[in-house]
Amino acid sequence: MSPDSAPILEVTTLVKRFGGFHALDGLSFHVTSGEILGLVGPNGSGKTTAINVISGLYAPDGGEVALDGHSIGGVASHKLVHRGINRTFQIPKPFLSLTVRQNIEVALAHGRAGVAPPAMAALLEEYRLTEVADRPAADLNSAQQKMLDLVRALATGPRLLLLDELAAGLNPAELDWIAEKIKALASTGMAIIVVEHLMGFIEHITDRVIVLNAGKEIFEGTLAVAVKVPQVIEVFLGGEHAA
Amino acid sequence: MPSILRHLLFIVVPLIAVFAVLPGVYQNHLLLFNFVIFLTLAQGVNIIYGFTGYLPFGYVGFFGAGAYGFAIMVMHYQSPAIIAVLVGGLVGVALGLLLTPLLRLSGAYFAIANLAASLAVLHFVANPALENITRGPYGVSLTGTFNPNDAYAAALVVLTLTLAAVVYLKNSSFGLALQAVREDAVSASMAGVSVVKMRVIAWLASALVAGLAGGVYAWYVSVFYPDNVFSGDFSIFAIVFALFGGVATITGPIVGVIILYGVYNLIGFTTPQYFQLIYGLLIMGLVLFLPAGLVSLATRRGWHVP
Ligand SMILES: Nc1ncnc2c1ncn2[C@@H]1O[C@H](COP(=O)(O)OP(=O)(O)O)[C@@H](O)[C@H]1O
Ligand SMILES: [Mg+2]
Repeated sequence: MSPDSAPILEVTTLVKRFGGFHALDGLSFHVTSGEILGLVGPNGSGKTTAINVISGLYAPDGGEVALDGHSIGGVASHKLVHRGINRTFQIPKPFLSLTVRQNIEVALAHGRAGVAPPAMAALLEEYRLTEVADRPAADLNSAQQKMLDLVRALATGPRLLLLDELAAGLNPAELDWIAEKIKALASTGMAIIVVEHLMGFIEHITDRVIVLNAGKEIFEGTLAVAVKVPQVIEVFLGGEHAA
Repeated sequence: MPSILRHLLFIVVPLIAVFAVLPGVYQNHLLLFNFVIFLTLAQGVNIIYGFTGYLPFGYVGFFGAGAYGFAIMVMHYQSPAIIAVLVGGLVGVALGLLLTPLLRLSGAYFAIANLAASLAVLHFVANPALENITRGPYGVSLTGTFNPNDAYAAALVVLTLTLAAVVYLKNSSFGLALQAVREDAVSASMAGVSVVKMRVIAWLASALVAGLAGGVYAWYVSVFYPDNVFSGDFSIFAIVFALFGGVATITGPIVGVIILYGVYNLIGFTTPQYFQLIYGLLIMGLVLFLPAGLVSLATRRGWHVP
């Protein structure tokens, strides 16, 4: 990434409270087009909440989220989708009683993609859903439901894609496969934020990571450097991920 | 043939044709009229419940409001019946607009609030202080427009339009988006669907249907009291019929009305003493064994039901 390219998303001292609890407590970071940014941190550090605020599910309680330099905090989700933001869910949320094809049709019809999204057949094929296209989404296994979540997002032609633990639960072969897909998407100019616990996966696909703890970033840079920072080791890598 | 045309040709046209000729061969005109009214109301419930998941326990509120919209136009403005029916529909929509804040509630809370709203409208209309406008609790008598044949024809037109609306929902990306909202509102918004707008449109459409049905009902019966046109039976019957057949389909509510309202009248005529019992058991059986309605017998086998 050239350092002077303007960020597509700029998050500044973002605050999100649940009751008295600060799930996000002054989070700041940015991401540029074509970049894959890793968002890592222990459970409960606020990764999903950050994605929820950026994608319009929650309005921020403080700070700013800016898309292309325009503030979008509190804008309704569907409008943000029309402006080029989309996401997947940590626990996939397909329309269970609709067929896979219908799930995608909704997004193709209402997503108002700025750039024409891939056609239905191509999406189904690329994400290995062709065989189950006419089955209700409820019949899919969890990996397929994750792919359907991703395809629904892609059908709206996002410029900024937020992936919340997409790789969790995939087998090694599937991990390699989805890693290549994500890199290919970024190479088209899409900005991608990846939340993931699998460090190998993060290392393989991200350009840069933000380490989150208690709703604040405590590190920004490459994962290779992050693992040497004492504060990061302490709050995040110190426990289960210790070498 | 596109499926929208197929649905119109093989479901809507035959049904309307049958109910258009039946008065010539079957003399219980009122019963036929009631069938048409319930076919309409069950589809109105289908639009709001089947496509968005809101269970309208106070659905009769729109029906009664439509009936009184009709009555007021005829009593105070000597309006022709057709115009008065249209006004009935508009009164239904106006009430729907007034009640849009209820859409913020969900599940049982929505159902109960909607029921309460319909009772509020009943007591408002039946208030003796409004005797000059609504005749309050004393009921209305609209002998000037009395014409069962024309009213029946108008009811068929309303049913046709309602069925056409449901066929559209079944075959359009708009209807698909509504179903997506019903399944998961958060995911629907991530598909770019404006959830609030969709819900409001479906809500007003189903209010319009009930308002128009109330208007033609007032035209047909011409003499009624607030308790008649705001009777909770209308809500319950329309909901039970729609659920019995299976919502979010075109045919489910039709099948539900024909079978359940048919059985209802059959046991009402033949064995009135067991009436409540048989009817109650039938509905209980349905809820226990076929919660997704009769159409689920087919969809479970992988057959597509329009
Ligand atoms: N809707 C909510 N209501 C209350 N607390 C919440 C809500 N969403 C998240 N939290 C809390 O905020 C904190 C951050 O959660 P989350 O963003 O899901 O963490 P992560 O994704 O990093 O594991 C957690 O303590 C969680 O319990
Ligand atoms: Mg999370």
